[in-house]
Amino acid sequence: MSLISEINEKAKKIGRPLRFMELCGTHSQTIAEHGIKSLMPKNIKLVSGPGCPVCVTDQSDIDIVVGLALEGIPIAIYGDTINVPGNLMSLEEAGRNGADVQVMYDITEAVEMRKQKPGLVFFGLGFETTAGMTAWAVKEGLIVYSAHKIFPPAMAALLANKDIKVDGFIDPGHVSSIIGMEPYKQFRLPQVIAGFEGEDVLLAINMLLDQILSGEARVENAYTRLVKKAGNPKARKLIEEVFEIADAKWRGLGEIRGSGLKIRKKYQKQDAEFVYRDLIKKIRQEIKPKPSACKCGLVLQGLIESKDCPLFGKVCTPDKPQGACMVSVEGSCNVEYRYNRK
Amino acid sequence: MCLAIPGKILKVNGQMAEIDYNGIKKEINISMVDVKVGDFVMVHAGFAIEKMDVDHANDVNRYLAENK
Repeated sequence: MSLISEINEKAKKIGRPLRFMELCGTHSQTIAEHGIKSLMPKNIKLVSGPGCPVCVTDQSDIDIVVGLALEGIPIAIYGDTINVPGNLMSLEEAGRNGADVQVMYDITEAVEMRKQKPGLVFFGLGFETTAGMTAWAVKEGLIVYSAHKIFPPAMAALLANKDIKVDGFIDPGHVSSIIGMEPYKQFRLPQVIAGFEGEDVLLAINMLLDQILSGEARVENAYTRLVKKAGNPKARKLIEEVFEIADAKWRGLGEIRGSGLKIRKKYQKQDAEFVYRDLIKKIRQEIKPKPSACKCGLVLQGLIESKDCPLFGKVCTPDKPQGACMVSVEGSCNVEYRYNRK
Repeated sequence: MCLAIPGKILKVNGQMAEIDYNGIKKEINISMVDVKVGDFVMVHAGFAIEKMDVDHANDVNRYLAENK
């Protein structure tokens, strides 16, 4: 029997409406690309969670890096970040105003570039998958502004919000390749770690239904070709050597205890928050929050869908994004605009 | 952010390695993994994030075989 017919049969047997949340932005992209929502039985709804790192980066972090760029400090970033609107401007606009903003595919490029541009700051963001790479670069001497986050505390924050109804999580594949299965076991609902092909996501949905049918709530791995039970201890060691756990602000979710990665004192000469502390203090004082009707924060929690936002598709498009969820290619609004706009 | 591509290690050179992505060769960083020539790895943003298990190449077939 095919996965689709299994899903249909099991969903029918369960009968009640089910909401599954995919936690990784790349899963949102897979779901849209393969039209998986259109293949689902009526009682299964797939909602996106806070797994797009660019989207969940707090506005104040964007503003600080824009501020540093405008003060003449060379900045290196991953591509998606460049168009996130700041309270003052985006990094792309800062570049057009004479700031030195370099887009990298790979952090090793930034490590090379710092030889020509001493003082270069890399804007480090992302979850456990990219944190190890940044840790490596810090050890190589690169200065980093860390907006890195770890994933499980955000899942705990989502589950603590009683307005958010979820029957199962599709856990992020590549974050899991680093952290393994253990950190998810604290959450008492069905969870399946999935890969990024269309059929990987279908398999995860099918396995979530199996758990619901048998009344179980476990962590299962549907991405065994990559994810080991214990994750990647070498990558975790690298992360732990350079970073310590700190509180962090997430767009939409607010401040979450113990969800951020801050550079340890041992490496403070590579910590932009230490190296440029006076400048950052000044930038913080000068930030004037600009009111916006952007609902990215609610979209990230699965509380509303992109199309429920009054800006979506009208004034907010991938060419002229008003908020982070429309900027990133894996932001829910960007994905929704490209694949499902009627 | 999590887009990643599997490839095969051709040559190891300290913390870097040459990798083959279906005919395309590239240098990647292998500081996060313990690998040798011939291993398959998943590569994200220029780094190998984890070794692949070729015996488990197809999770879907395995599930369908186990749950007939």
